[in-house]
Amino acid sequence: MARKLVVIGAGMATGRALEHLTEGQPDGWDITLFNAEPRGNYNRIMLSPVLSGEKTYAEIVTHDDAWYDQQGITCRFGERVARIDRAAKTVTAENGDVLAYDKLLFGTGSNPFIIPLPGHDLEGVIAYRDLEDTQRMMSLGPDNRVVVIGGGLLGLEAAAGMAARGVDVTVVHIMGHLMERQLDEAAGYLLRKALVEKGITVRCSANSKEILGQEGHVRALLLDDGTELPCDLLVMAVGIRPNTALANAAGIATGRGIHVDDQMITSDPDVLAVGECVEHDGALFGLVAPLYDQAKVAAQTLLGQDAAFVQRELSTKLKVTGCDLFSAGDFAEGEGREDIVFRDPARGVYRRLVIENNIVIGAVMYGDTADSNWFFGLIRDKTDIAEMRETLIFGPAYQGGTPPDPLAAVVALPRDAEICGCNGICKGQIEDAIAAGASDLGTVRATTKASGSCGTCTGLVEQVLAVTLGDAFVIPAAQSVCGCTELAHEDVRRMIKSQRLTSMPAVWQECGWKTSCGCHICRPALNFYLLADWPLEYRDDPQSRFINERKHANIQKDGTFSVVPRMWGGITTPDELRAIADAADKYAVPTVKVTGGQRIDLLGVRGEDLPDIWADLNAAGMVSGHAYAKGLRTVKTCVGTDHCRFGTQDSTGLGIKLEKELWGAWTPHKLKLAVSGCPRNCAEATCKDIGVVCVDSGYQISIGGAAGMDVRETELLVQVPTEEDAINVIKAVTQLYRENAKYLDRIYKWMGKVGFDWIRERISDDPDERAALVARFELSQSLYRKDPWAEHASQKAESYKPLANLSLEAAE
Amino acid sequence: MSTWIDIASLEDIPQRGARVVKTSRGCVAVFRTAEDEVFALNNACPHKAGPLAEGIVHGKSVTCPLHNWVISLETGTAEGEDEGSVATYPARVEDGRILLDQSFLRARAAA
Ligand code: SRM
Ligand SMILES: Cc1cc2nc3c(=O)[nH]c(=O)nc-3n(C[C@H](O)[C@H](O)[C@H](O)COP(=O)(O)OP(=O)(O)OC[C@H]3O[C@@H](n4cnc5c(N)ncnc54)[C@H](O)[C@@H]3O)c2cc1C
Ligand code: SF4
Ligand code: FES
Repeated sequence: MARKLVVIGAGMATGRALEHLTEGQPDGWDITLFNAEPRGNYNRIMLSPVLSGEKTYAEIVTHDDAWYDQQGITCRFGERVARIDRAAKTVTAENGDVLAYDKLLFGTGSNPFIIPLPGHDLEGVIAYRDLEDTQRMMSLGPDNRVVVIGGGLLGLEAAAGMAARGVDVTVVHIMGHLMERQLDEAAGYLLRKALVEKGITVRCSANSKEILGQEGHVRALLLDDGTELPCDLLVMAVGIRPNTALANAAGIATGRGIHVDDQMITSDPDVLAVGECVEHDGALFGLVAPLYDQAKVAAQTLLGQDAAFVQRELSTKLKVTGCDLFSAGDFAEGEGREDIVFRDPARGVYRRLVIENNIVIGAVMYGDTADSNWFFGLIRDKTDIAEMRETLIFGPAYQGGTPPDPLAAVVALPRDAEICGCNGICKGQIEDAIAAGASDLGTVRATTKASGSCGTCTGLVEQVLAVTLGDAFVIPAAQSVCGCTELAHEDVRRMIKSQRLTSMPAVWQECGWKTSCGCHICRPALNFYLLADWPLEYRDDPQSRFINERKHANIQKDGTFSVVPRMWGGITTPDELRAIADAADKYAVPTVKVTGGQRIDLLGVRGEDLPDIWADLNAAGMVSGHAYAKGLRTVKTCVGTDHCRFGTQDSTGLGIKLEKELWGAWTPHKLKLAVSGCPRNCAEATCKDIGVVCVDSGYQISIGGAAGMDVRETELLVQVPTEEDAINVIKAVTQLYRENAKYLDRIYKWMGKVGFDWIRERISDDPDERAALVARFELSQSLYRKDPWAEHASQKAESYKPLANLSLEAAE
Repeated sequence: MSTWIDIASLEDIPQRGARVVKTSRGCVAVFRTAEDEVFALNNACPHKAGPLAEGIVHGKSVTCPLHNWVISLETGTAEGEDEGSVATYPARVEDGRILLDQSFLRARAAA
């Protein structure tokens, strides 16, 4: 017969425990679940994205009614357990119902701590713990002012979420820098700067004295120094206290939390507890990772399995878009401890590792946290880092010490492991082809088709050749950039990043260039890499650009140029057309052509006329179309909902927005986008570098198309619900592309090398990384989102003219 | 006999760059290297008359913008596999000014 389990609290910890329990023994328990909140288990952590508007409540529900129904759990939501009688083994609900239990599970979480300042009980003073608090904050807008007491994780997420809604927010923090428990001063400084940039006022070392009210409602916060901070709402986020009252009243042993042993059993063998309400071995818990471990152990204990909870190293991240930070372990200074610090002021990146006896014991990262998991692993596993000390701070990509041996991995593959996905070729078939005489990539390709399609698996096929043929096969070395160096593009990019090479001479020096100043092949590549990696420090070098990019026009076979003004999203006006016609007349433009990119090309303009024709086009409101750039070209659109009977979204509008956000951005090769209003796809979005196909429920973003020398269809990266998401995803992809791709690789080529999954993991699976990419894209765009024509017409016009005119003199 | 004429300030051409001087018989490209040497060549690639002044300058060479032939600034000949050459003219720098030899330019005009 099923045993009776009563669970107090439907929070994150008990939710996870119930999952394990019902999976392990579907019919073993008759479960009743009480929750003081009038709802079941939701992802409390995600209240912050709900607050900032990035998610909806519906999206963060962990267990819905159907789930509870399926598990046969009796839900009593909105009901508190009022009393426990351990002798009778019963609980009493608020309404007086008495229920018997065989086992009782506590998961009452914690209560936000409210500082007992005078006025703390005024209406409008709230904490940040549940959906009600969140909704209260969400009801505010640009006309409201809020004070948040507490500059820790919760306080800052509340502040940023409200600031995102336009609310005027002030954070009051008692310590000298923000998040002092997780961050050192330097990282605290960067964080503060980023928050201030979001429009949040931050007051550190500020002591709250009294909450002032008016007619029972909060009016302002008064500080020690006499400052009054007026507010409509005051949020206190200063800490939590385990919710032990009920356990205490029932005579269960409690300290700061409910005492539990390694099996999550309290002082009463029939009562277990998990989550923030417990105290284990002197420790309290405020992050979910350990709670999940506890939940699993509690379920196992109930299932009669052996399990023990072990405390682990913890790490912290802040969920504020654009503020990427990570902290783990102990980072206080001390004797015998050493620091390795890396700063990149331009990108706002700070990394600090604290090392003791060749073991990393603490890490603080701000700005670029992509490698945080790796560092966290070093701390957790107490890895000896002596060997990689020199390059440690740059992260896993730069560790030569223990490279995973790709050949060993290939040896280990079974014969039926698929090597070439396009053609469905397995390792065994390649081995057979080699046994039949194939001895190089070409012959393997010819006989099996492996690596003959997209080419992604070329490296793998070569490795199969290497392990099968042994010394008879040498994997070809990566090709060097050009005759000036032995290094391949990838090596150079890595050097630029890891050695902080911020100028071309530094690259030539550190990478051992064989020529004095490079050549027409390497210089444009280096110029791009430096620009992409150090947008603020490196100044673009026009002399290292191909003429088209140097003069912002396409050179023609006869030395004249073509001029293509931007037509945002393919939309133009009679005035613009008139101005184009006038310019064509005035500068005797021989050919006016409609391009394949939904705009107009003026072909055959004389080089010295460029600044003048640009000035005329500028005067009519037009800017450079970058038809010459390894950068954003066009965003093709279709008419969409504005006119088309099938349109599902405003494809033209989104195309224009995208073009306005991305124009001027330099990329490894040209970048073409398109937005179609429905799957009929009139803008041909699925053969662009990045394509958007609008559907009823949102925007399908796909990447890696081509329709030039190669023709390829894009692959679906992600579908998102809003325009804003779509724009952010596209910015993030663009940034990832430009930070990583080889110069002159279009997205589809780059994708073939790094793999589509690698890109997807970073863009659609990891919101933090996506946000960081967007932030870095924006940083660079703050410099490059402008019209080069206007700049050249006003400041460099002279350089387009001949140096001297001797034609008269020579003719005399 | 050479008669040097003052064309412009060295600063008027960017390092690793070029500008043209117009003559009645077409343009002469004047190059400035990273070492501040100057060279003057006919502004027409031996391949298909590409405007050399628009090329990328590296060391003492320029790469033609049309099809990437690499031309020596000192001799005017195409480097590597390509064959052909372009006329060069005396040029020098004095007190930060670029000087070209008028008699050569004249000879060219007369040719
Ligand atoms: C003007 C235009 C042709 C037209 O009259 O329609 C054009 C003209 C040129 N294309 Fe294009 N392409 C034009 C649309 C396209 C398209 C169609 C499109 O964008 O929808 C494609 C195929 C899509 C693609 O990019 O994959 C296209 C694929 C190419 C390629 C092959 C790229 C590839 O990776 O396969 C090149 C060569 C290159 O970039 O290395 C190229 C290169 C060129 C160059 C820049 C050749 C050069 O280096 O001088 C041409 C310059 C002409 C000039 O002087 O203005 N053009 N070109 C189109 C300008 C569109 C615009 O408004 O910006
Ligand atoms: C805004 C916010 C952001 C956060 N961000 C992060 C983060 O980024 N990373 C991270 O690791 N952690 C984060 N946390 C902390 C994390 O949410 C908590 O550690 C976790 O929710 C605790 O789980 P729990 O099950 O112990 O308690 P809870 O999830 O709080 O659940 C306890 C439940 O018990 C109910 N209850 C209490 N008493 C009774 C009673 N007598 N009868 C019936 N029901 C009762 C309560 O109503 C509550 O619903 C965040 C918390 C908040 C509030
Ligand atoms: S296809 Fe493009 S590159 Fe080729 S001739 Fe036409 S415009 Fe020029
Ligand atoms: S014209 Fe100079 S390389 Fe062809």
